[in-house]
Amino acid sequence: MDATFIQQFFNALQLGSLYALIALGYTMVYGVLLLINFAHGDIFMFGAFMGVLGSWVFGWGFVPTLILSMLATALLGVTVERVAYKPLRAASRLSAVITALAVGLLLENGMLALTGADPRKYPDDFFATQVYQIGSVSISTVKLLVIILAFALFVALFLFVRRTKWGMAMRAISYDKFAVPLMGVSQDRIISLTFAIGTGLGAAAGILWGVAYPASLDTYMGMLVGWKAFIAAVVGGIGDIRGAVIGGMILGFVEIFVPYWGQGIGVSSTWRDPVAFALLLIILVIRPTGIFGVARRQKV
Amino acid sequence: MALLEIDNLTHYFGGLRAVGDFNLHLEEGELVGLIGPNGAGKTTVFNLVTGAYKASEGSIRLNGAELVGKPPYVINGMGISRTFQTIRLWNSMTVLDNIKVAHHGRVKYNLLDMFLVLPRYRESEREIEAHAMELLRLFKLERHAHEPARNLPYGEQRRVEIVRAMASQPRLLLLDEPAAGMNPGEIGSLMEFIHWIRDEFKLTIWLIEHQMRLVMNICERIKVLDFGETIAEGTPAEIQNDRKVIEAYLGEEVEGV
Repeated sequence: MDATFIQQFFNALQLGSLYALIALGYTMVYGVLLLINFAHGDIFMFGAFMGVLGSWVFGWGFVPTLILSMLATALLGVTVERVAYKPLRAASRLSAVITALAVGLLLENGMLALTGADPRKYPDDFFATQVYQIGSVSISTVKLLVIILAFALFVALFLFVRRTKWGMAMRAISYDKFAVPLMGVSQDRIISLTFAIGTGLGAAAGILWGVAYPASLDTYMGMLVGWKAFIAAVVGGIGDIRGAVIGGMILGFVEIFVPYWGQGIGVSSTWRDPVAFALLLIILVIRPTGIFGVARRQKV
Repeated sequence: MALLEIDNLTHYFGGLRAVGDFNLHLEEGELVGLIGPNGAGKTTVFNLVTGAYKASEGSIRLNGAELVGKPPYVINGMGISRTFQTIRLWNSMTVLDNIKVAHHGRVKYNLLDMFLVLPRYRESEREIEAHAMELLRLFKLERHAHEPARNLPYGEQRRVEIVRAMASQPRLLLLDEPAAGMNPGEIGSLMEFIHWIRDEFKLTIWLIEHQMRLVMNICERIKVLDFGETIAEGTPAEIQNDRKVIEAYLGEEVEGV
């Protein structure tokens, strides 16, 4: 294994972790509400911009800014659910999806109106980066930060879902929503909590994205990234949190390794996205419910 | 005062009067049956009592406290629990986890306790687990505790549903067709089982059932619904000889045939 391969491996792990963090937001909301929250990509953008607020306006460092962004974005997520989605819970699925798209547009253009169209980046000293040289492989602290923090959040989420009464209730709602309140669980509270956690993870991804890919912060940053993370969630099996992590990783690896191997056989790196999406289509043809997904049987 | 008092309960689905002027008082410790042909509105009554539907008119009181308008999770916390006509376990979750979810309302710890992994969180979760295991042992289901619920035989899944309903320590247990899909032997043991639960947990039980052998044998009082209206009420013996009930089930006699 040569040094560039190892370096690309870490690049893929970084990108995959970010996709996975965002994909979790799609998948958790789908699990409890059967709603594709198409505003989630823009919630990710909102999280990144809360980072701009924390770092530039308040002059805070990385950790307080991360916490601020996660809390503020979670509050936004809960509010969006209460105001926009809750009144539509009994309406057709399509109404809620269209509302989600509208919420996304509102966030994008609202942020554009507030902050202007210039792309932004975090201050240079926001996260002091250092590059470690191990043999001929060089790894930056940013990459390590993204990967380690993302995995810590995955583990925390898995523990939450397995070992707490709220996590248990979330899983129960995803299997049979009707029975849950009759067993003494407030469905509204669980749904709010799900939105808070899903959007909070999206905000963490937003901050890490801004640290990992500087000068990439603009108000439309959530569009393509959000779509990709959504696809990652579907490939993994939407509604399943393991699926979101695996799906995100697959997408990250494909996006990094297609141009890496492609350049050896004369394929231009602009083929990255077409090849990535074609591969995902193939996975879905073979397993329409995604890797971890199970076909839901609807009882009537 | 009766444990449960239902007065003039009426419910409409659009223009359809699904339940009309339903009255019932349940005394502490009673075992009462609700029967009627398919579509008579029996399950609707259960859905109204548990808060899954909000009654159009009338009043439902538990120990004098009004239930109409309260959300289902609050009503469950006040002491009413139920099972379902078609089994509604959370299939991919283990039997133990199914029971643990039903402890939700009884266990108090908050998000901060959890984030900081405070003793209150650990102890609460330990208590839930211990209580859930104890219930499973009591109902002789402990060997299935860590299996996904869907892997259990049908009859055992029904029992798990009853255990899950018991987890919130109800005072009133609603059983919606507990004998559905059971063979005569299983129904025999179910009858003993229902009696045992009532005596062991000092419960009031109200059940919907089509299996007349079960209803006539264990219920002390029976109410009969047809097209949402009460057509008869009384002891099993009275119900068996009631002309209206026979007509509802078998159709009217036609003169001269």
